[in-house]
Amino acid sequence: MSDSNNAVIEVRNLTKRYRSEKALDDVSFSIAANKIYGLLGRNGAGKTTLMSILTAQNFKTSGHVSVFGQSPYENEKVLPRICFIRESQKYPDDFTPQHAFRSASLFFANWDQAFADRLVQDFQLPVKRRIKKLSRGQLSAVGVIIGLASRADITFFDEPYLGLDAVARQLFYDHLIEDYAEFPRTVILSSHLIDEVANLLEHVIVIDQGRILMDDDAEDIRGTAHTVVGPAAKVDQFVARREVLHTERMGSFASVTVSGVLTDAQRDEAMALGLELAPVSLQQLVVRTTMAATESDFGGTDRSAETLEVSK
Amino acid sequence: MHDDHDGAAVIEEGRPIFLQIAELIENDIIDGNLPEESQVPSTTEFAAFYRINPATAAKGVNRLVDDGILYKRRGVGMFVAAGSRATLTSQRKEEFFKEYVKPMTVEAQKLDISPEQLTAMVSRGLAELPDNPAMERSGSA
Repeated sequence: MSDSNNAVIEVRNLTKRYRSEKALDDVSFSIAANKIYGLLGRNGAGKTTLMSILTAQNFKTSGHVSVFGQSPYENEKVLPRICFIRESQKYPDDFTPQHAFRSASLFFANWDQAFADRLVQDFQLPVKRRIKKLSRGQLSAVGVIIGLASRADITFFDEPYLGLDAVARQLFYDHLIEDYAEFPRTVILSSHLIDEVANLLEHVIVIDQGRILMDDDAEDIRGTAHTVVGPAAKVDQFVARREVLHTERMGSFASVTVSGVLTDAQRDEAMALGLELAPVSLQQLVVRTTMAATESDFGGTDRSAETLEVSK
Repeated sequence: MHDDHDGAAVIEEGRPIFLQIAELIENDIIDGNLPEESQVPSTTEFAAFYRINPATAAKGVNRLVDDGILYKRRGVGMFVAAGSRATLTSQRKEEFFKEYVKPMTVEAQKLDISPEQLTAMVSRGLAELPDNPAMERSGSA
């Protein structure tokens, strides 16, 4: 849990309804200053809705939201300190990247033009071409550059990499690490490419169907789940009385993912039973946790997880 | 600055990264890549090289400061403490049994390798070691 003493964002019992649909369902959490957060979840989980409300670009149905201790709505003390890079940001028709950077430099007090120029070079962005004519990746680069060079106290990146190739995404992550190290600030990175960003995150918030499933320090999560592989009877013996996140069976073999840190004695026990223990990545853990939640919602049995597999 | 280094590749899944950073530094001290009283890279350098969160890198370094392996010179940086190599090697010897010997014996049993065969294999492994100053040092001890 975040330390609420240095929280820059506080959210209590936030609900957002679109007609009968609950996009956010009684959500509570806080965001501490100067950490990099991962806001993770499947498409449609409520990530963008949540960020839109925090940045005053959407209205809540009920609940309490404060940013720097104040309501963000039409608040000139709050909004210039927040940068929200949307997945599909719209710009005026005749705008070039240069125009977009000029506007950003006027709005954000900490804007660093030299840094923006370096990023333009690294991303090989044609700054005088009209934004309408840019490729999807170049459009994403415009957003990434604004998000980094604005050095806002809180920066939201909502799936900022659409159309960026692997090299450009790595450039973004590398610049984020280096610039954040030099100018610590609060960054909230929404992503479903969890494996790519996992090591950049200090804290992880997982959202699914409008509800928070996980809100933990990334380091505390690492090593809290294991996959046990071996003869089904021995695996079942080992995982008895443990919380099972996922089960796969193949003939007389089983692969079961369980949560909980393993003690040395338990490792010895697994070794003695001839079982293999494999660590579970943050991405796998998020997928398993999300699926386990979906399952319990639909009153599913242990078998339903296998048909809900979304990614490896 | 953005060369295609592969420092990130050594970071494993499923284990706290700060522990891994601490171990990587320990390994460099044990190997002699980071001699005693030499300066260790900054947390920013660790973060950029291993592509990890800077706060996580700092946590790994600070753990070694708490353990007395590194010490801080104000305004200069972190340095390897005198005597830290001996401390680390004796710690690692205790872990050696658990991490290497035990799994080896379990696997040997599975393959019907007798204790005599196992001992012979260990001797052979030792004999095939390339000349290594660290080995000679410990061999003479």
